[in-house]
Amino acid sequence: MSAKPNKIARRAFVAELLGQRGTALIVTGLGSPTWDCFAAGDSPEYLYSWGGMGLAVPTALGVALAQPDRRVVAITGDGEMMMGLGSLAVVGDQAPANLAVLVLDNEAFGETGRQRGLTAGRTDIAAVAKGFGIAKTMTVTEQGKVGELAELLFQAPGPVLAVVKIAISEDPWALPEKDGATIAQRFRGALGVEKS
Amino acid sequence: MASDIDWSGDVFREMRARDIATVCTVPDGGLTKLLKLVGAERGMRLVTLTTEEEGIGIATGCWLGGGRAMIAMQSSGVGNCINALGLPAAYRAPCLMLVTMRGQWGEFNPWQVPMGQATRPALEAIGVKCLPVDRAEEVGETFAAAADLAFNARVSAAVLVSQRIVGAKGFGQK
Repeated sequence: MSAKPNKIARRAFVAELLGQRGTALIVTGLGSPTWDCFAAGDSPEYLYSWGGMGLAVPTALGVALAQPDRRVVAITGDGEMMMGLGSLAVVGDQAPANLAVLVLDNEAFGETGRQRGLTAGRTDIAAVAKGFGIAKTMTVTEQGKVGELAELLFQAPGPVLAVVKIAISEDPWALPEKDGATIAQRFRGALGVEKS
Repeated sequence: MASDIDWSGDVFREMRARDIATVCTVPDGGLTKLLKLVGAERGMRLVTLTTEEEGIGIATGCWLGGGRAMIAMQSSGVGNCINALGLPAAYRAPCLMLVTMRGQWGEFNPWQVPMGQATRPALEAIGVKCLPVDRAEEVGETFAAAADLAFNARVSAAVLVSQRIVGAKGFGQK
């Protein structure tokens, strides 16, 4: 339904955004958002996932509930978010002030051959989030809005959700550690909870 | 007939002893008392889900953040969790489930039977250790054993509370 094709280049956008994350913990959704975050610079404060489609927001919510003094940001794709859309109702209900969700929306299933996604049609994830009681939302269509988006994701009282309309692109492979136990232990070590 | 033994109170006590402070749920009649206890307890959090698989993600995230959570659900909800259970398996994270069984012991509703009968094989197929219990007085200790197995050995474990304990829903029939 978009009038014009999306312009934002995902890798440069995510890199500029993460440059402003401060101490926020990042939970990535499977596929390209995981590659984007790793390509922007690895950190033990990034919790990568390679699977569990639909669970990026629930996982980030769990981290946010266990770490109420840390900012937690889920960075995922439109297909992954659509599969777990109901979890935004749970976020709206629990209303954690430290949780933000960012949807990188290229309106396609990028990992599997760029098949058309539902957000290419009439679906508006930010509007759905509002309907679930996530009052602060933002839809970004220009690279120049990174600063404003960073303010929302890393500073504003949560829960908040933003959709960034990104271009479909072919980016160099950037694959982080894929052993889940290693990823988990590294993340828990960064939080100082590895013994619990 | 449902038992008079307070197995919900027993589970609640074992939860508190292990700092399990978050309960994710799509409710079931058999969980009513436990969910009430959790909801009324300061320092515990009840997380109402749209579908049970969300609870697998939340419990995994909670442990990654240094906390302890569990998922409480009816056996039909287990079917919704199967792919999600790959997440704690991949992270080598604990995952603790309390499942009240339907479609198993004197069930009235035929729609409950397929998933009720498939609950244990489905869980075992994805690697979850199942601890079935069919006596009310053994629910507390079985839950404690499952919780210790999950959090100490970092595996997924499910307590399957028999419909014999919970009681079959009557649907107004005699």
